[in-house]
Amino acid sequence: MEIHGAAINEKYSVAVANSRGIRCVFQELSLCPNLTVAENAQIIHPSLKGFGWRKRADALIKAKLDEIFPGHGIDGDDLVGDLSIGKRQMVEIARAFTVTAQSLHLVILDEPTSSLDVVTAGQLLAYIRKSVEGGTSCILISHVLGEILDYADRIVVMKDGRVVAERAASEFDRDSLVAAMGNVVKEARIEAHEQRERERGTTPVVVSAVPEKQTDGRALVAHKGEIIGLAGLASHGQTHTLLQVYQAAGKSDKRSRVEGPVALVAGDRQTDGVFHLWSIARNVGIRSIRSMVKFGLIDQEAEQRLADEWRERIKIKTPDMDNNILSLSGGNQQKALFARALGSDAEIVLMDDPMRGVDIGTKLEVYDLIRAESERGRTFLWYTTEMDELNNCDHTYVFRSGQIVAELSRNELTEEKVLQSSFEETA
Amino acid sequence: MTIMERITNPRFLRSALPLASFAVLLSLIFYVQPRAMSYFGLNLMLQYAVPIALATIAQMFILTVNDLDLSIGAFVGLTASIGATLLADNPVVGVCALAACVAAYGAIGALIHWRNLPSIVVTLGMSFVWLGIAVIILPTPGGTSPAWIKAIMGLKVPYIPFPIIAAAVIAIVVQVLLMHTSYGATLRGAGGNPRAIERAGWSLLKIKIVMYSAAGFFGVLSGLSLIGLTSAADAHIADRYTLYSIAGVILGGGEFVGGRVSPVGAVIGALTLTLTGSFLIFLKISPDWQIGAQGAILIVVLALRALIKRREG
Repeated sequence: MEIHGAAINEKYSVAVANSRGIRCVFQELSLCPNLTVAENAQIIHPSLKGFGWRKRADALIKAKLDEIFPGHGIDGDDLVGDLSIGKRQMVEIARAFTVTAQSLHLVILDEPTSSLDVVTAGQLLAYIRKSVEGGTSCILISHVLGEILDYADRIVVMKDGRVVAERAASEFDRDSLVAAMGNVVKEARIEAHEQRERERGTTPVVVSAVPEKQTDGRALVAHKGEIIGLAGLASHGQTHTLLQVYQAAGKSDKRSRVEGPVALVAGDRQTDGVFHLWSIARNVGIRSIRSMVKFGLIDQEAEQRLADEWRERIKIKTPDMDNNILSLSGGNQQKALFARALGSDAEIVLMDDPMRGVDIGTKLEVYDLIRAESERGRTFLWYTTEMDELNNCDHTYVFRSGQIVAELSRNELTEEKVLQSSFEETA
Repeated sequence: MTIMERITNPRFLRSALPLASFAVLLSLIFYVQPRAMSYFGLNLMLQYAVPIALATIAQMFILTVNDLDLSIGAFVGLTASIGATLLADNPVVGVCALAACVAAYGAIGALIHWRNLPSIVVTLGMSFVWLGIAVIILPTPGGTSPAWIKAIMGLKVPYIPFPIIAAAVIAIVVQVLLMHTSYGATLRGAGGNPRAIERAGWSLLKIKIVMYSAAGFFGVLSGLSLIGLTSAADAHIADRYTLYSIAGVILGGGEFVGGRVSPVGAVIGALTLTLTGSFLIFLKISPDWQIGAQGAILIVVLALRALIKRREG
């Protein structure tokens, strides 16, 4: 890596980058909520010290805020923790553009407009153009295609950690940009399963849920025995909707109706899934523990039977189901979580992007299992960020900003359509 | 902003709450026992406020960087023991021993940061170490405190009792250093968002060492001021200070995480805790109930703060 054509000799760090005039606006804010706006400006400008530093810091950040976001309504004495998320983002951005001892050459903005409203986002983008004309470079990371197309000079498309396209912005239009994001070198792809042609609606509805942020009343509907895909960019309300269904299980509320017992397969294994100190058998059995009670105590034999049955069915690779769950590889831990859900009495299985970091062999085994179980009448709601997995689904709902924005039947499903809906902007 | 808006502003309410609780408690005392409303009465009621306030400030430094110190009570006991023996016998040796105590505190801060250890566990362990050393130095209660410390703590100031002046000086000095200097802002930032501080190029290790050393320094001051009042020491003299100091910081508007602390509030919190003892004596309630009553006051104040917070949210 080189900065200004010079190789970096010392160990590279944020401090080194700062000293060479590189700043970054992070998506998760890097402000201290317990400090005031002016004090936060001091954090990145150690030269603001000595008598009267607070006044100088205050003037510095106020001037930049006034320049980028006229009419911002932020005071230098305001505690950052008391500000709204949008205003915090404004402070963070303004702070990155402030200059004291070192000159400023490059500002990296990671999704800067995600928590700004339309007006302030426009102010920011206009300011970015202005500062670029003044000689500062900017890298703008965004999933809002309009911003990129309208304000960038050059566009680099990245997917799965690789650059897949790099051209001048004028050579792109909306469609070609979306196409560039979809057309990736397909290696080690899982072969698409044969399409399943099936009439929708021949079986009764078991789940019907209107996402909390949905404004037009469109509902996610699942019929018995269906595999329903929840698609879209990561964390655009899919997990939230799954949890909504989970909470509504057994009792109906206004927004969701769920018929039958529910089980959840967690995506974030370490936080939501495994009980770290327990054996594999106990981890598999916990969802079914109520049916394994004898005289008020856990029936050890029933637990062992369930564990052994699922070791065979889902091929958990372990010499002994009484070993600790952490003795398994990631893929096998995930299998244990599937066994927990599938071994229970649940009619409806919710899957929260469960295949993250799982090897292909395991994936294919689990896909087959899911299909087999759905043939037997179980319903699956499957949130996934991988296109290949959507091919397993009978019906797919695309989410954006917490709302369902499109639904695609198995025949209509293409990667391009999912991407188009994920990126569509409200005009 | 009108005066009314200013008064009902949650940020103002939050910072006024410690002073308000102190004032309420003080007026209750004056109501129950009007004779306490005198130079002598206040001096007597608040004389132990100085060591408690110093220990509370020490705890506050640790809480600022999201840690908790369960050893401060034992540490104050140790420094009191050193003060009543080594320092009284040979000032050079005594000063060196106390400096070593401060350095040890800084080293513990470095260790906690370097190995990413839970501060609660480390300081709980260290509390036994401090107590052990104190018992070796001073196996039975005794010793004599140096005359100059007794002289300072016994100072008679006209009109305003000495403990109040001392508490005000402590509060203002720490308030200026931690809340108004630029490095103080960085230190507090390390409690609010350590990653941001590190990204901006500051050394978290250095910050932890600074904060723990400052805590050690104020722990030493607390121990010395304590023997100035008692004129003798005991390894167990300050066992209660660990809980007092935590309660004092929290009463004073501080929080366990997030770097939200207030030095002035912490000192007022310490004064409030000191007063509860006298209040219960005036009510003719046995001192056995003291800790329980202090706990009750803490719960009431925290409940009020939760109410203010709800309005903020």
